[in-house]
Amino acid sequence: MADNKIAAWDTPPAAEPIIRLEQVERSFGGKPVLQNVSLQVSEAEIFGLLGPSGSGKTTLVKLIAGIDKARAGSVHVLGERMPKLGVMRRIGYMAQSDALYAELTARENLEFFASLYGLGGSRRNRRIAESMELVGLTDHLKKPVRLYSGGMKRRLSLAAALLHEPSVLILDEPTVGIDPVLRQSIWRELETLSRAGTAIVVTTHVMDEADRCSRLAMIRDGRLIATGSPEALKRETGSDTIEQAFLHFGGATV
Amino acid sequence: MRIRALIVRILRQFWHDKRTLALMIVAPMFVLLLMSLVFNGETYKPDIAVVQAPDALAKKLEQLDAHVYRYSPEEAESALAEGRIDAVVRLNGAVPEVKLEGSDPSANKAVLLVLQEAFQQAVPAGVVRPVVTYLHGSASMASFDYFGPVLIGFFVFFFVFLIAGVAFLRERTGGTLERLLASPLRRWEIVAGYLAGFGLFTAIQSALIAWFAIGALGMMMNGSFGLVLAFALLLALVALSLGTLLSAFASNEFQMIQFIPLVIVPQVFFSGLFNMETMADWLRWLGRCMPLFYGADALREIMVRGGGWPDVAFDAYMLAGFAAVFIALNIFALKKHRSI
Repeated sequence: MADNKIAAWDTPPAAEPIIRLEQVERSFGGKPVLQNVSLQVSEAEIFGLLGPSGSGKTTLVKLIAGIDKARAGSVHVLGERMPKLGVMRRIGYMAQSDALYAELTARENLEFFASLYGLGGSRRNRRIAESMELVGLTDHLKKPVRLYSGGMKRRLSLAAALLHEPSVLILDEPTVGIDPVLRQSIWRELETLSRAGTAIVVTTHVMDEADRCSRLAMIRDGRLIATGSPEALKRETGSDTIEQAFLHFGGATV
Repeated sequence: MRIRALIVRILRQFWHDKRTLALMIVAPMFVLLLMSLVFNGETYKPDIAVVQAPDALAKKLEQLDAHVYRYSPEEAESALAEGRIDAVVRLNGAVPEVKLEGSDPSANKAVLLVLQEAFQQAVPAGVVRPVVTYLHGSASMASFDYFGPVLIGFFVFFFVFLIAGVAFLRERTGGTLERLLASPLRRWEIVAGYLAGFGLFTAIQSALIAWFAIGALGMMMNGSFGLVLAFALLLALVALSLGTLLSAFASNEFQMIQFIPLVIVPQVFFSGLFNMETMADWLRWLGRCMPLFYGADALREIMVRGGGWPDVAFDAYMLAGFAAVFIALNIFALKKHRSI
């Protein structure tokens, strides 16, 4: 991929959001999983997708990541219609499953994923060191992944998604199985990345995490039931917590 | 760059998984060793009892490497009933009578061969005996030399099919395939990376197996070692692409094992271990649809008959054809996971 092409993407028109979904539909075996989903995510935003399991969150982020394709409607990321390989190079994706090679050491895993994104030489080593530092695993770089605990694997997956300094970061339930202290530190890092301009999409069903997002989309049975900043959503429903707001919106639509 | 990353990763996975590494290299050597011990064994020496027969006959039989016992008729009958001897020979006037124990076909054959030889030599001089020469092989060629080339092909095919199938299955069920497809990796690059990674490993594996069979076990080898390796590699490519393709239809490792009786075992029957000339036409035609048939045919041609490239070119084209079809299907099957 030519570098000048990437440079052009680095400065999308100010009006153009980083991620734009328009009336997206997706169904599996005739059963609709996503219906009429439209949303936009801007630069430097942490966009939360909040909903119970089975509500279509993972399907939605796969469409944004370019792994899956919408049957109707359109998904644009960085100004290009997805799926497109050139754009996928600038997306960091952390799946719900850890997606690591258990036989290999952490370093070997990261070297592999870095190479897939064209990272080599000293830049690769520097990014591996930085990412591992970020998730607090520097001391475990040489350990085979099969000896890792569940939380450590989750953190290594996150490090793998950060290696190539993506403009768009998509995290599917990133903090499952991670202890509260580390969860705090990971969220602080996400906020740092977001301030640096990264657009972050994160799915969660943990309500207090939703509070830390700049904007939220509440999703139920494949439909968006509300979108807005956590404060606005609480204010609108007169609730004290995101959980109450979610229940309010959920009840109102049924 | 990206394909190289896949190759390095696959080789590293092998390196860390020493047990699989050992399985793929040591297990074939072990089985080949056993086969050579079993099939290269001394020819069977039949136990024959002679009853009321001249000493000359008994001596002759002993010269022909049979164990000879001189029994009374009653002793002979009971020994035969207890299975201590394979046959009883008596002369009824000038006509020899043979009674076989009869339950083991190979023992029967050995007895008859020895007796035939003994009576032939008794024929007075002047009768012309045929002069025997060999176009391929030799009088000292053992069954092992005939099975051997097929076995080398079989081991490469079997282990690569299984290991590659399981590796790709894990990639799918473990979520790493999705992770690969979230990267800018192209579908054909995934398939190419797998082919090259496993191909490199198989080149080493089959070189070691072939060297062990020929160098250490003394398997008959009349052709070029390079050609043997080339065919082992071609077989590996077919096995790899077939294994990864079929792994899409398995949801766990055990279901992958279930493909062995379905995909591997039938190929063994048509690989030339059993004589195909006696099979029905439609059955022989079925054998033509199996990759191992061509691989085994070529390996035997090279190792036993000393065949060169012109003799095995057709087999090579057929194997390459199989591989090309399976590879294309693999790239197509990945479409199910990502549309581009």
